[in-house]
Amino acid sequence: MGVRNTVSMTAFVSSDRQRSTPVLRRLAVASEPYLYSAPAVILIVAVMLAPLALGFSYAFRDVKLLNPLSGGFIGLDHFRALIDDKTFARALKNTFFWAGASVALQFTFGLILALLLNRPFWGRGIVQALVFLPWAVPSFLSGLNWAWMFNPVIGPIPHWLFALGLTDAPDNILSDPHNAMWGPIIANVWWGIPFFAITLLAALQAIPRDLYEAASIDGANAFQRFKSITLPFLAPTIAITILLRTVWIANFADLIVVMTNGGPADRTQIVASYIFTQAFRRLDFGYASAIAVVLLVLLMAYALLIVLLRQSLLKKA
Amino acid sequence: MTRRFILGTVAHRLAILVYIIFALFPLYWLLKVSVTPNDLLYSEGVRMWPSRAGLEHYIFVLEHSDFPKFFKNSVIVSASTAFIVTILASLAGYALSRFTFRGKYWIVVLMLLTQMFPLVMLVAPIFKMLSPLGLTNSLGGLILVYVAFNVPFATFLMQSFFDGIPKDLEEAAMIDGATRFRAFRQIILPLTLPGIAATLGFVFTAAWSELLFALMLISGADASTFPVGLLSFVSKFSVDFGQMMAAGVMALIPACLFFLLIQRYLVQGLTAGAVKG
Repeated sequence: MGVRNTVSMTAFVSSDRQRSTPVLRRLAVASEPYLYSAPAVILIVAVMLAPLALGFSYAFRDVKLLNPLSGGFIGLDHFRALIDDKTFARALKNTFFWAGASVALQFTFGLILALLLNRPFWGRGIVQALVFLPWAVPSFLSGLNWAWMFNPVIGPIPHWLFALGLTDAPDNILSDPHNAMWGPIIANVWWGIPFFAITLLAALQAIPRDLYEAASIDGANAFQRFKSITLPFLAPTIAITILLRTVWIANFADLIVVMTNGGPADRTQIVASYIFTQAFRRLDFGYASAIAVVLLVLLMAYALLIVLLRQSLLKKA
Repeated sequence: MTRRFILGTVAHRLAILVYIIFALFPLYWLLKVSVTPNDLLYSEGVRMWPSRAGLEHYIFVLEHSDFPKFFKNSVIVSASTAFIVTILASLAGYALSRFTFRGKYWIVVLMLLTQMFPLVMLVAPIFKMLSPLGLTNSLGGLILVYVAFNVPFATFLMQSFFDGIPKDLEEAAMIDGATRFRAFRQIILPLTLPGIAATLGFVFTAAWSELLFALMLISGADASTFPVGLLSFVSKFSVDFGQMMAAGVMALIPACLFFLLIQRYLVQGLTAGAVKG
C-alpha cells in the first residue's frame, strides 16, 4: 500500500478540486473502504454475532419452543443439570474419540495419497480428480451413502465382514452399540482424505527439488530423504491443518445426525449432535444453548493451549 | 536397480488404484442400486451389477415425487446464496486487499472469529430470531442465513485473488480520472473472473450441502431443500431404496459439476477457509 497509492490519490483529488469541495471529496475517499466492507460486516453481526449473544442469554433462561410461558431467568440450573447428565458425559467422551480417530486416519491416508500424487505419472490429472471427488459429495449424501453401504439389506459391507469371519452374522454395524461409532468415522475418513491430501500436496510441491538431488548425491536413501527433508518442510502445514481440522471435525455433526442420529443408546452422540438433538427434537433451546456455552469454553481452552504451545515452541527455536 | 525401480512403480500404481477404488466404490454402489429393478434388489444383494438394469426409479422419482420441487428449491437457495455472497465478498475482499484503514484489523478478527465457533450453536437462537420475521419455513430466510455463514470465507478467498492483481492497474485508471469504484468494476473485476467463478463454485457447493439449519428452519415440503426432502423420505418410506438412491444420484449431479469448476482452485479455497470443509 503506502506511498504510491497516496501519490495517485493526491493527483486524483487535486484534479477534481475545481468540481467539488475538498472536504467532501476527502470524506468520500476516507469512507470508501468502509462502504466496501459494510454490507458483509453488517450481515455477519446481525446473523452470526447477535444470535451468538442471544444464545448466551438462553443458557441462563428457561426457553422451550412449545411452552409460551417459558423464557424466565433460571440462573445456573441448566449447568447444574448438565453435571448430572449422563448423555452429556458420554457425548463429551465420544467427541474426543470421534475427532481423534477421524483426524488420525484422515491425516495418515491423506499424507500417503499426497506422497503418491507428488510423483509425476501418466494420467495424474484424471487420477487426482477421481480421488478428490468424495470431497465434492455433499456431507448429507456421504452419510446416507455409507449408511446404505452398512445396511445388510442393500449394502455389501456386512456381507463382506461376515465372509471374512470378522462378524458372526451380517448385521448392521450402525446398530451395534459397541462399534456403531466406526460407521460415521469411516464415512468421515472417506469424505475427508481429500482435504488433507490437497493441503499436503500443495505443501509438498513447494519443497525445492534440488534439495532431494543434493541428498541423493550425498548417498541418502529414500527414507532418510523423507525424514530429513520432507517432514521438516511439511511440519508447519501439518501442525496447522491438524489443529484446525480437529476443532472443525469435533463440531461436525452432519454425518452423525444422518447416519445414526446419535444412537444406538447415545453411543454415537457427540456434543455438537447433542446440541442439535436438544434444539431440533426436544425444542429445548435453553438447555441446547447451555451445552453450546460449555462447548465454546472447551474450544477456547483448546485454542489457548495451542497458542501457548506455539509460543513455547517458538522460544525454543 | 532397474528391478527395484519397476517394483516401486508397480507398488505405486497399485496403491493409487486402491485409493481410486475406495473413493469411487460407494458412489458406484449408489448408482448400481438406483438402476436395479425392485424385484432384483433383495435377491441379488451383493452382486456387482444386476442382471437387469433400468431407469424406472428415476422415472418414478421425477414424475411421482416431490423431488423435482426439492431440487428446484435447492437450486434457488444455492444459486442466490452464491450470487449474493460473491458480490458482498468481492467488495469486502477488495477493501481488505487494497486499503489500509482504521478498524481493518477488527474486521479481519471478526471474520476469523466466525470461522472458529461451531455454527450448530446458532441453530436455536437463529430460529427464534427469524420466526417472528416470518423467515422460518421460507427460502428467503435460508438464503439470508447461508449468505452470512459463507461471506467470511468467501471474503478471504476473494482477497487472495485481488492480492494477485497489481495495484498499478486501477491506479493508472484513477489518474486518468476514473473513480475507484469504476476502476474496480471495469478493470479489476474482469481480471478476477476465474476467482469469481471459483468463489461461486465453493459457495454453491457449501449451500447445496447444508443440512442442519435447513432441517431446523424448514418444516413444510413446499420450502424443503434437497437434503431435508431426502432425509424425510428416508425416515418415511425406508423400504424404497431404489428411489432413494435415484434421488441421491440427482443430488450428486450439481455437486460434481461445480467440483469440476473449482477443481483448479481447491488449494486456494481450502487454505482461505482454513477451517471450513
